[in-house]
Amino acid sequence: MGEFKVHRVRFFDYMPSAIRAMAFNSHTERLALVRADGALEIFNFADHYFQEKVIPGQDGRAVEALCWVGQRLFSAGLNGEITEYDLENLRPRYTVEAYGGPIWTIGSNKQGTLLMVGCEDGTVKMFEILKERIQFQRNLERQKGRIVSLSWHPSGTLIAAGMMDMIRIFNAETGHATHRMLVERGVGASKSREVVVWSVAFLSDYTIISGDSAGKVQIWDGLTGTLVRTHLVTKWDVLCLSVSQDESSLIAGTSEGTVVQFQFISSTVDQQEEEWVRTRTFKNHSHDVRALAHTETAVVSGGMDTQLVVRPLLDKVEKNTQESAMRKIALPHRSLVCCAKKAGLLLFQFPDHLEVWRVGESDGHGKPGDSLPVKRKPEKLIQLKGKGGDHIYSSALSPCGEWLAYSTVSSVRLYRLQYNNISITKVSKLPKDLCLGHQLCFSSDSTKLFASSRHSSVIVVALNQLECKYLHTLKPKSGSRQPVHLLCTSEDGKWLATANTDCEIHVYDLHKRKLHCTVPIYSSCPTAIAIHPTTSHLVVVHADQQIFEYSLVQKEYTEWSRKLQKQGLHSLWLERDTPVTHVTFSLKNPAHIILHDMFMFCIIDQSLPLPESKTLLYNQMTLRSLPEQERIRHSHAFKICKNFKHVMCVSLLEDHSLVVVERPLLDMMSQLPAPVRQKKFAT
Amino acid sequence: MAALYEGYTLCGLVPGQTLTNSGIQGIEAERDSDHVVVTDSTRSVTLYKVSDQKPLSSWTVKQGQTLTCPAVYNSQTEEYVVVSDNKVIRIWKDEDILLDKAFKATVSSDVWRVHCLPGGEPVVLFQRGAVRLLDSLLSAPQQPIEEVLAQEEAIRWSTNIVADSQQFVIFTTEQKGDSFLYLHRLNPNTLQRYRLEREEPGLSPLSFSASYRDKHICLLYLYPNGHVYQSVVSVRGLGGDEGAQALPLPRSLLLGLPVGEGLLEAASAQLLDEAHVAVVGVPHPSAGAGKDFLCIWNTNFQTLQAGKEMAGKIYGQLWTFSNKLFIPHGKTLSVIPYECPKSSLASALGKLNNGFINISVNVIIYGFFSLLTQRTNRKTQSAPSLTVDQVLDFTKTAPVEEVQREVEGLLSRADIQDLQPLVGQLASMLVSRSLADPAFYTPSTLAQLVHTQSLCHSVCPDLVLLALERRDFFLCQLCLQFFPDIPEAVTCACLKAFISMPDTEAEKLSLEPDSVSFMETLIARERAPVGLQNGFSSTSTDQDCSDALGGGGRVVIKTGEEDKEKSSTPPEPICPVGLHKAVLLNEVLLTAYSDTFLLPHLKDLSSQHVVLFLQYLQFLYLKYSQDASPQMHGLRSPSLTQIMDWVCMVLDAHFTVLVMTPEAKGLLVNLHSFVKSQVRLVSELGKIEGSLQELNKMKVKKDVGQYSIEIIELF
Repeated sequence: MGEFKVHRVRFFDYMPSAIRAMAFNSHTERLALVRADGALEIFNFADHYFQEKVIPGQDGRAVEALCWVGQRLFSAGLNGEITEYDLENLRPRYTVEAYGGPIWTIGSNKQGTLLMVGCEDGTVKMFEILKERIQFQRNLERQKGRIVSLSWHPSGTLIAAGMMDMIRIFNAETGHATHRMLVERGVGASKSREVVVWSVAFLSDYTIISGDSAGKVQIWDGLTGTLVRTHLVTKWDVLCLSVSQDESSLIAGTSEGTVVQFQFISSTVDQQEEEWVRTRTFKNHSHDVRALAHTETAVVSGGMDTQLVVRPLLDKVEKNTQESAMRKIALPHRSLVCCAKKAGLLLFQFPDHLEVWRVGESDGHGKPGDSLPVKRKPEKLIQLKGKGGDHIYSSALSPCGEWLAYSTVSSVRLYRLQYNNISITKVSKLPKDLCLGHQLCFSSDSTKLFASSRHSSVIVVALNQLECKYLHTLKPKSGSRQPVHLLCTSEDGKWLATANTDCEIHVYDLHKRKLHCTVPIYSSCPTAIAIHPTTSHLVVVHADQQIFEYSLVQKEYTEWSRKLQKQGLHSLWLERDTPVTHVTFSLKNPAHIILHDMFMFCIIDQSLPLPESKTLLYNQMTLRSLPEQERIRHSHAFKICKNFKHVMCVSLLEDHSLVVVERPLLDMMSQLPAPVRQKKFAT
Repeated sequence: MAALYEGYTLCGLVPGQTLTNSGIQGIEAERDSDHVVVTDSTRSVTLYKVSDQKPLSSWTVKQGQTLTCPAVYNSQTEEYVVVSDNKVIRIWKDEDILLDKAFKATVSSDVWRVHCLPGGEPVVLFQRGAVRLLDSLLSAPQQPIEEVLAQEEAIRWSTNIVADSQQFVIFTTEQKGDSFLYLHRLNPNTLQRYRLEREEPGLSPLSFSASYRDKHICLLYLYPNGHVYQSVVSVRGLGGDEGAQALPLPRSLLLGLPVGEGLLEAASAQLLDEAHVAVVGVPHPSAGAGKDFLCIWNTNFQTLQAGKEMAGKIYGQLWTFSNKLFIPHGKTLSVIPYECPKSSLASALGKLNNGFINISVNVIIYGFFSLLTQRTNRKTQSAPSLTVDQVLDFTKTAPVEEVQREVEGLLSRADIQDLQPLVGQLASMLVSRSLADPAFYTPSTLAQLVHTQSLCHSVCPDLVLLALERRDFFLCQLCLQFFPDIPEAVTCACLKAFISMPDTEAEKLSLEPDSVSFMETLIARERAPVGLQNGFSSTSTDQDCSDALGGGGRVVIKTGEEDKEKSSTPPEPICPVGLHKAVLLNEVLLTAYSDTFLLPHLKDLSSQHVVLFLQYLQFLYLKYSQDASPQMHGLRSPSLTQIMDWVCMVLDAHFTVLVMTPEAKGLLVNLHSFVKSQVRLVSELGKIEGSLQELNKMKVKKDVGQYSIEIIELF
């Protein structure tokens, strides 16, 4: 196959922000997750936990709580506002000021008609959910002290509110508090500190479960207001609770990074009476677990250490299957790196700024396994700070490196770069139509900018030295309202392909300025698409790891793709748990497809036989040990290189050298604050 | 522990005109460790092969000429160098038969010595202190030689040393009662002069010995009053103020040897290694005033490590080459091999497993002891109380009861500060009297003295043997318990006495209650649920036996069957010896020892005794493996390791005998299975260790920086 010079880049110090809250919608199987910087992420649990949508955050927006009402998603935060998100256009739809100071919690009734928020000033405010907006209805009886957590009884008559040092039960109809349950403070030094009831859950049998800052999970009788049972779970805080849909299982997240499971079972075999029994402890986090979701089969947790962990409950799933494997989602499922192939430049996208780097150079030659002496070190050419408080959604660098575009929820910005004496100038007059850009992409000759807009449409803008002109808008015929999350053009400038979260892939003929074809819809969401520079085949990789090759000329799947589908992909390939996020092609050998996920990159040689189910998929080590003549007999199409970990981008430069951008998890971990102190053995 | 081995005679001596002269001028190493060149004090040089004890060749100068310096061997040129009549340097080779025909050169000044180290160049030291390399001297033999020493200064001793490829000539001089040390470095030449601190007036060092270690030259010298001093000179700080005033040479007292009556006359101390000194011509501390002893002392702990009486007169000469001491005595030159293993406190005191710290505090260091004795004597003289000396005299003659009373009174008096020397003196007095007078024996007094924990074996070496002789086993037990330094031979004698003692006699003894109660509980204990210690369980053992011995002889098969029967109802181990006997045996097990010295003595046991002892050890082992923790804290009890060590040693010592003894078969089979289970455990542990090490290795990963350009190859 051959040798590659690899630029191993580790200076992209991307740092995801801490997970603050999450909400799981069991109807659509979507998990909404919000981070400390206000960014919202939607994961599709039905489709391999693929991160479908991202709405970037905003400076100063601290979201504290999330709530699904049907398909609608609401959030509330310490800025005192309630926000509903527009998940089709990936932006906040509107915000409503609650006028109660910072909001700590949000919840809705089971019927989805009312929304309530708990405020710093001690009020619980009710909002009526209307079709296009929400409207303030009334306040419940105002309390002294903030309302930190809320839970609505499924019947809708009672509301439990966690406060400082106590839990209040309100009658939802009258708005009066009916019970006051005092929560004991911690022992020792924390005796003097108020205990915060971080989370409450109101079960249909009128049991109230609370988690508090003294490390207790307490079971209360909501009708009498009496304490039933106390479980001391941690020395630190119990920060969040989540109850399964059938109310038979409960999980609590602590500051120690553990998730403790309780189950409603009889504690002894012959005993009829059931009670909440502490059953399992999961330790998948190093820091505070701030958010939890109890799905039907799994415990989903996230917190300060920024990783989303899906831990299947082994009594709910079949053992030793892919379903029972734990997943840690540490890096985004979309590319934050853009590589200008011709110029050898890298664009790194951070939430609030962009960086342009030039890769280093080396004139040495070496044996495989060597590190070459670096003649010219990589240098940071430009750091561009985002304007306004909005965070960056998408960014692109033109292949020649002279144009840079980025978009936020409210605007698109275009810059012209010059490198001989580095300068950056903003292109001030942008066409009016270019206001939304979920995805941005430059044509390979850098003369056009494509920006995906509302309802899967794409706006085409022509660029030249003097001006920036709107050309036309490309629209799909399907009428999908979902946003485009993937956009790519062909090397020859003829084709443009888009993929949206409805799993549709549209291909436009740029010469004729119209839709060329729609690829047959596959059930799983595309995670990476690319058009082959010479054969004009479209290669699509889906969240379920399937690979398709579609001939744009013939408008049908290629022979190779059919063969691949007929034979099926290798089981080990299908078992990988991170999506392929980027596909590119070798300029030297048209039969080569280069793609990568978080833990490997792979070169698919279409001229070689496909691996059969019995063959060794990861066979590079075996081939290395074989003499050259025998290698050909043992090699197959999938050349997988696992030398690199936590890969964010693999790209091929024009000089045929690879750029691999890694972001080692250890480096990310080292940037986290110190976790709570724990007594460890021999310390 | 250092040891002196059986010596042999290298050659006879022709004593000189006066009896003080051994007739040997010097001994030098030759080509290897087995050859030496002996120069006699008159005319001849003889080459000996030491292991063959025979001369290989001999050279003599003409009648009327005398050799004035020991011949040395230059290993680089394979030549011998000697000086005759102070001024004539003679050089010859092995094949030269006649010395007269060999190379001669006359120099202009009197030569003191020619020195040559293996691999070094010969150096000539003149009587007036000048130093020349032999080569440069021979290039112009008549070159003027300067005078370094003062008028009345004369060289007493000299040597040369190679330190970090620097050659040094070291010599000491004496001038009007003062002693000086000269350190002459060659290439570049520097000379440093040190003044030795004065000992008591009129005393000048009897012998010197020098060695080089850790960048320091270490000089050891012995005074007639028995004091051995050490001075350390750094090699680094040399040079600079050449020829300046003599620097005072700091010294430290290493040993205060017992001198007996009067001062030492012909004695010598040689450094053997950093911790050991060989001394000749000094009395043995426990053998009266005779000075004809060769001893090895440990300087770190000031303990006597080995001693040997040399027949005939000692001339105070001693050489050492490659673990052999060369010592002229009487009419022979003897070669005595010795061994000085690396010494630690543990090995200096023997192998100690229990109560180490406790005991080591109470160790009487003999060197100190003699010093202290002198001091005490002085002190008691100055502050007269009718006490110590009187009691000491009293013990020599008084009847048993009165001695007991007096000693008790003396011990109970709190004002005696230096109890240790007193107890030592008392004990040796009592022991020697008891030995001399069969009617005299004071068991309780001796027990009391031992109880003070101020005694040790080297203070009165005959105490244990006396106790054995008088069958005072309680005293034996006490001694075994409190003496840290019982020699292996004595331990073995105790073991032999204990094991051969009839049980009826043993039960009459009154023994130390702690150890008795331990044995009582051990024997009486109900069988606890089978626990595993060290991976051994008695039930699995039985199965192992039958497995392991499939295909063995008939006898063995029978044993296997027996074992099978047993395995159905695992037998309660029965103690093969009586309670008190077991207590005494435990005391032996607890004693410190080192295997090398114990093994030969163990061979003295008869086969019945060996079988009995092994049975007892097996019993202990079984008991120990059954119960999770039979060793009770606070009670004296042997540890499992001690038991296993003894089993191994006894088996080693008597293996062939045991194999031939039919009644020992079952025992051996059982022991074999113990070993098997232990080996299995160790091999499992080894596996674990291996995998843990692999884990360690796996963790090592190349550190990748922020950026690198690498070459990878895909196939």
